[in-house]
Amino acid sequence: MTPPAFSPVGLRLENIDKRYGGLLALRGVSLVIAPGECVVFAGRNGSGKTTLLRIAARLVRPSRGTLSFSRESQAGEDHAIRPGFVAHATMVYDELTAEENLLLFARLQEVAQPERRVDTLLNEVGLSDRRGSLVRTFSRGMRQRVAIARALLHEPSVLLLDEPATGLDPQGVAWLAEEIRRLRDSGRTILMSLHGESEISSLGTRAIRLDSGSITADTRTGATFRSILTFADA
Amino acid sequence: MWKRAVIGAVVLFLVGAAAYASFFIAPEEKTMHVLQRIFYFHAAAAWAGMTAFFVCFVANLVYVWRREERWDALGISSAEVGLAFITVVLITGPIWAKPAWGIYWTWDARLTSTFVLWLLYISYLLLRTLIEEPDRRALLSALFGIFAFIDVPIVFGAIRWWRTQHPAPVIMGGPGSGLDPTMNKVFFFSVLAMHALMVFLIAERYRLEKLRSDFEVVRREAEAI
Amino acid sequence: MSLLPNAAVLLGKELRTEFRSRELLTTTIVFILIVIVLFSFTFDPTSDESRRFAPGLLWLAFLFASSLMLQPCFLREQHNDTLSALRLSVRDPFAIFLAKLAANTLFLLLTELLLLPLFAVMYNVPVIPVLQWLVLVFFLASLGISIAGTALSAISAQARMRELLLPLLMLPLLTPILVASTEVTKSLFDRTPYVQWKGIGFLAVFDLVFLTALWLFGEYLLEE
Repeated sequence: MTPPAFSPVGLRLENIDKRYGGLLALRGVSLVIAPGECVVFAGRNGSGKTTLLRIAARLVRPSRGTLSFSRESQAGEDHAIRPGFVAHATMVYDELTAEENLLLFARLQEVAQPERRVDTLLNEVGLSDRRGSLVRTFSRGMRQRVAIARALLHEPSVLLLDEPATGLDPQGVAWLAEEIRRLRDSGRTILMSLHGESEISSLGTRAIRLDSGSITADTRTGATFRSILTFADA
Repeated sequence: MWKRAVIGAVVLFLVGAAAYASFFIAPEEKTMHVLQRIFYFHAAAAWAGMTAFFVCFVANLVYVWRREERWDALGISSAEVGLAFITVVLITGPIWAKPAWGIYWTWDARLTSTFVLWLLYISYLLLRTLIEEPDRRALLSALFGIFAFIDVPIVFGAIRWWRTQHPAPVIMGGPGSGLDPTMNKVFFFSVLAMHALMVFLIAERYRLEKLRSDFEVVRREAEAI
Repeated sequence: MSLLPNAAVLLGKELRTEFRSRELLTTTIVFILIVIVLFSFTFDPTSDESRRFAPGLLWLAFLFASSLMLQPCFLREQHNDTLSALRLSVRDPFAIFLAKLAANTLFLLLTELLLLPLFAVMYNVPVIPVLQWLVLVFFLASLGISIAGTALSAISAQARMRELLLPLLMLPLLTPILVASTEVTKSLFDRTPYVQWKGIGFLAVFDLVFLTALWLFGEYLLEE
């Protein structure tokens, strides 16, 4: 399938703080992500990776600082950008079928020809034969596929993946890696948070480490990929 | 520190003066005699309570807009103080009603509405105790506070329209019922004194709230370590 | 503008989910049934007594039931974090509220209409001659209950003790609906039934005011 033509999108985070009660989950995070980059975020639990991705998804409002998206083809900010988001939770309804779920979100996002798009995605993620089954009956791996299909419905130029391989078996991980490779190669900007080295981390073009809410290492400024991913001090 | 003590003393003096005026300066009322004097206290407290709730409403609105902690502190302070005044109203009502009518409670329109008002703001306080995260707590209680205050005139309206048709003893005539100019002056002074007390209490409670939330921040940081 | 189409799609989802399991409807109907029966033990339902007390009891029962029925509204969106998926997908978050309050109004109305015949029989009240006006009151009151209840359930879903909290938040807030609906219903059950337009208008105003408030502040209710 040839990817649709679209204009790659970059992100800019400026001085982002996120406070929960007295604690800063993110402190002074500033980041520029070029269009088409595939960035891996590594860090311990609680380092702020999830918060960062949820802010990029515009689900969480930062306590301070700004987030902006920009298309390569046009000057200035683009407010209409909607990233695709895959999280820990599947974000689909257990009591609906795979097809019903995808149709619901396709229609909400006003995707053109929703039935056809859902059909295409179900084939792509290999769930075509289970389209009429309730998601409640799915295994973890299958649910993850539905979640990814949901995120891709509106053909987003930006993808945010929060530990997407959690709960997947080796075949699942291999399939996911292939999907991400394809998306990356088609020019999409990808941000993913991972726990360590894997098939998926090797797809990254850049790695950033977060510790206690701050960026402590970045391959762009000289750190090595491996050191960031294995939490060794660079 | 001394400034606060002096202001407190002034407020206390004002309240004392209002009490004195209620008992000794205002002329005695024809039908209810001494008992009627509690009215100055009761009605003035009601006004002060309502003003406090209005302050709470404004604080809630500003918090939702600006998300600054101090507006949340003002919100809870004014809600608590308002609730205290309204509690006084609900207690002095029956205290008056028993000797006057022989019954403690009557479904008088104003008293009933005031009771619902009291329930609304009790819920506001309860809601706050059930949300741990300070920012969530502030936002959600501010939103509930806004809905609650919007409801207040509707509650009063509904009860006045439909519940006053039933013959029921009306607790104390309205402020204008005592046509005597001295009575009106005493009443006005009572209202002033009550409002002064209200402002003072809100300010003190606000101070306390800021201390408490600063402490909570330190405690959370300590726990995280 | 995508608000209404979005709301329509979501309403479809709400209805499909409910009619597939019918959990909410059945439990709500049974609950109101129990309350109506229990109430009947508290006084002797002679014709005069009924006409006086029945409307109030009916509306009390509906209010209690709705404060329970509305709990899962936003709670169930926490499961699998589907609320985030909705927030990511819709352009205007008010669509989420619109859909839910429409669904809740429908469910409430349905339970009320299903229970009306039983109530009429048990309490000896003449329902047929004023049926269309009863439906109007039911609709306006259910709408008001749903609007406030949907908003408040978004709040209670984020707090502890949410099962008890929602009734606590809802019931004082909805006293105007209790008063107005009871009064209008009472005059419809009167010996010479008449329509209290004052009450109907009041309910409509309540609905409008709170719908506007929800429209203005809804997105903050869903914030993270």
